[in-house]
Amino acid sequence: MLTLIGKRLLFAIPSLIGVVIVTFLLTRALPGDPAAYFAGPAATKEAVDQIRKKLGFDKPLIEQFVRYTGDLAHGDLGTSLTTGQPVAAELRNRLPASAELTLLGLVVSIVIAIPLGVLAATRPGSWIDHLCRVTTTAGVSLPVFFTGLVLVYVFYFRLGWAPAPLGRLDVFYSAPPTVTGFYLIDTLIARDFEAFRSALSQLILPAVTLAIFSLAPIARMTRASMLAVLASDFVRTARASGLSPGKVIVTYAFRNAMLPVITTLSMVFSFLLGANVLVEKVFAWPGIGSYAVEALIASDFAPVQGFVLTMAVMYVLLNLLIDILYGVIDPRVRLEG
Amino acid sequence: MKRRDFLKSVSGLAAGALAPTAPAIWSPAKADARAETLLIVSEGGPNNLDIHGVGTNVPGYEVSWNCYDRLISHEMKSGPGGVPYYDRDKFKPELAEDFNIGDMSVTFKLRKNAKFHDGTPVTAKDVKWSLDRAVSVGGFPTFQMSAGSLTKPEQFVIVDDHTVRVDFLRKDKLTIPDLAVIVPCVVNSELVKKNASEKDPWGLEFTKQQTAGSGAYKVTKWTAGTEVVMERNDDWVCGPLPKIKRVIWRMVPQAGNRRALLERGDADISYELPFKDFQEMKANGKLNVVSLPFSNGIQYIGMNVTKPPFDNPKVRQAMAYAMPYQKIMDAVLFGLANPMFGAARDKPTEVAWPQPTKYFTDMEKAKALLTEAGYANGFETTISFDLNFAGVNEPLCVLVQESLGQLGIKTTINKVPGANWRTELAKKEMPLFTNVFSGWLDYPEYFFYWCYHGNNSIFNTMSYKSPEMDKLIDGARIAAANGDTAAYDADVKGFVDLAYADIPRIPLYQPFVNVAMQKNISGYQYWFHRRLDYRAMAKG
Repeated sequence: MLTLIGKRLLFAIPSLIGVVIVTFLLTRALPGDPAAYFAGPAATKEAVDQIRKKLGFDKPLIEQFVRYTGDLAHGDLGTSLTTGQPVAAELRNRLPASAELTLLGLVVSIVIAIPLGVLAATRPGSWIDHLCRVTTTAGVSLPVFFTGLVLVYVFYFRLGWAPAPLGRLDVFYSAPPTVTGFYLIDTLIARDFEAFRSALSQLILPAVTLAIFSLAPIARMTRASMLAVLASDFVRTARASGLSPGKVIVTYAFRNAMLPVITTLSMVFSFLLGANVLVEKVFAWPGIGSYAVEALIASDFAPVQGFVLTMAVMYVLLNLLIDILYGVIDPRVRLEG
Repeated sequence: MKRRDFLKSVSGLAAGALAPTAPAIWSPAKADARAETLLIVSEGGPNNLDIHGVGTNVPGYEVSWNCYDRLISHEMKSGPGGVPYYDRDKFKPELAEDFNIGDMSVTFKLRKNAKFHDGTPVTAKDVKWSLDRAVSVGGFPTFQMSAGSLTKPEQFVIVDDHTVRVDFLRKDKLTIPDLAVIVPCVVNSELVKKNASEKDPWGLEFTKQQTAGSGAYKVTKWTAGTEVVMERNDDWVCGPLPKIKRVIWRMVPQAGNRRALLERGDADISYELPFKDFQEMKANGKLNVVSLPFSNGIQYIGMNVTKPPFDNPKVRQAMAYAMPYQKIMDAVLFGLANPMFGAARDKPTEVAWPQPTKYFTDMEKAKALLTEAGYANGFETTISFDLNFAGVNEPLCVLVQESLGQLGIKTTINKVPGANWRTELAKKEMPLFTNVFSGWLDYPEYFFYWCYHGNNSIFNTMSYKSPEMDKLIDGARIAAANGDTAAYDADVKGFVDLAYADIPRIPLYQPFVNVAMQKNISGYQYWFHRRLDYRAMAKG
């Protein structure tokens, strides 16, 4: 197992180096001059040049790159110009916000999508199959920001059930001391149940928004893979041996249908993490997606590079985790490994 | 079995969480806190708490204005609609308790009981250090100081512990007003020097993250891009103690949500909403919506006069007659702007800025002028705008494009990303564009000096050069410094007339700053910087 992990991590190094080079070059190729942007509307040419010098953008590209990689080796991702904060610290503060939201969204999505997919597969053509088809089609065809806005409009503005879409906590609560960065866990550790309730109620709408969007791939994949498994010989044998339908479906069919579902889950998780930018925007969520987009608009290099690098590392780790999970679920993979 | 139990309990949890959350129950202490707290929502927040910093953005100015004091400030007068409006010509002491304007200098007596947030008294050396800093750090603050002929540290003299003198480089009417803008704020010099380094002698890194002033508020928490929390400084002596105890300023990127927060009564005050929202909120009357014109500001269509076809004044006049003025007012701004067109033919030019042109939409006349200029069949051109303000600029450019199409002028729309806009302006290569200029100092000659003078500043986006114009602008500046009203009036009328005859830029309208707030919020004041002054505001 350890050699497997070691090997996988070793393979990741070239791709990470590639990511560093490509993001560096891409950000430099962006149109726009950060120095002119940050010099402000009233700046003279000298003022712009002064700022460019201060930021080090007057140096040749290769020198900038050497300095960048040098800083990177020390764990320094540079400083964002738009927010004025070190990028590493910002990412550290914002990543848990995004991760908490994405994980909860994914959990909600799994809880709905997998039973839905299984039921649809066991009764193809029935009303539940149609329900599955309709919800997934609707979920995937509605843009996230639209679902988000509709939910805010209905549950906050019209009905007043949900709290104001103002980020992770009600404005009059203070954030719990950081342990994990996940407010749901940190508030419990701090035994601040009022804040826990506030954090949870703030999370519901954005998490549901994400869940609606990610329902489709999970439910469809579960259904398709269950159908294939249910049609296979060993299920027929199990049925013929007189096992109860529940046992056949859960123990035999479902476990075998899990592999492609796990793959889909990993994909859904990683694109949710990056793609929840819009949800973050709608709910004023202080996550990494909105951070990266704002930086991109302002030609602010450091946060963009930091964001891409973080995402690359996350992908590598996620893929590793999925590979290990494969081994747990399917002994054949372990044997081959 | 176990798995099923697990699934059941998880879905039960989710369902429980989805059930309506009861309206929040405030403990009495929380309700009090709410009554004394002002909750502001806006799209963007500060990137730096110090206006002297590198690239501090406009929201950062608001923090500086409320957390630092200046030597002097402006009196208030009653503005349009009875809203308090800063009085351009009347100054009141702020950190100074008294000031005395002489012929070539001004002397300030400081308040003896004024203290910085950390308790150190404010002295003359802090004032000198801060003004030295403003003229030395470079970039925007230094540039703004120079607009009032404040450029050298030698100009700021310590007379005694509580007296400071500012010497004038030359007679300039803008020197005193320039001491009342946001930039010349007084910083706690001892505290900042302690945190400065050799690389950063002015301690900009330190003041970027925290406020080190003597102002009515101090920043207690700042999460960039998320929120700013400011607490009242109870020891503030430069004015009556503000009523608002705490200001929470949250960044809410979605305009629709900002409106929902206001209408549900969760947020107290917001700006930066689409005009349509302001107009609707104004109409339904649940909230207080204040709309006031930008002082000394105009949205215009600029033309590059160095290149054909816009080097021909006839073409420029034709363009001025071809603008769909009223459509822009109605469809883009929903009436929330002052028209800068269509003045009566016999209306005399005023000594005021901005004032409307005598142009109006007249396609016949435009066609005739264009034919006269030799462009009977039109031409091809590109109109550029800043995507940061796409909400206004995009529909505006589409209307212009459509209108010019009727003259056979084929216009392509070029959307320039915000980060790129200033670079593009500075290049001065765009043939046709729309932009806003508004000056902090509300004087016609100030506007013209930046926008029409032949020294070709970045704001003279048209590259317009005319010796006659320069003579009039320089004349007005000298006349103002010497108090020669007759010559001043003649020069101002002269340059306005010339600008409208030569028409290198076509004024469209004077934009409004729109602020929406709950009915129980009072004390909003309009300032030249167009940001909020919390010190005068009250809730309930």
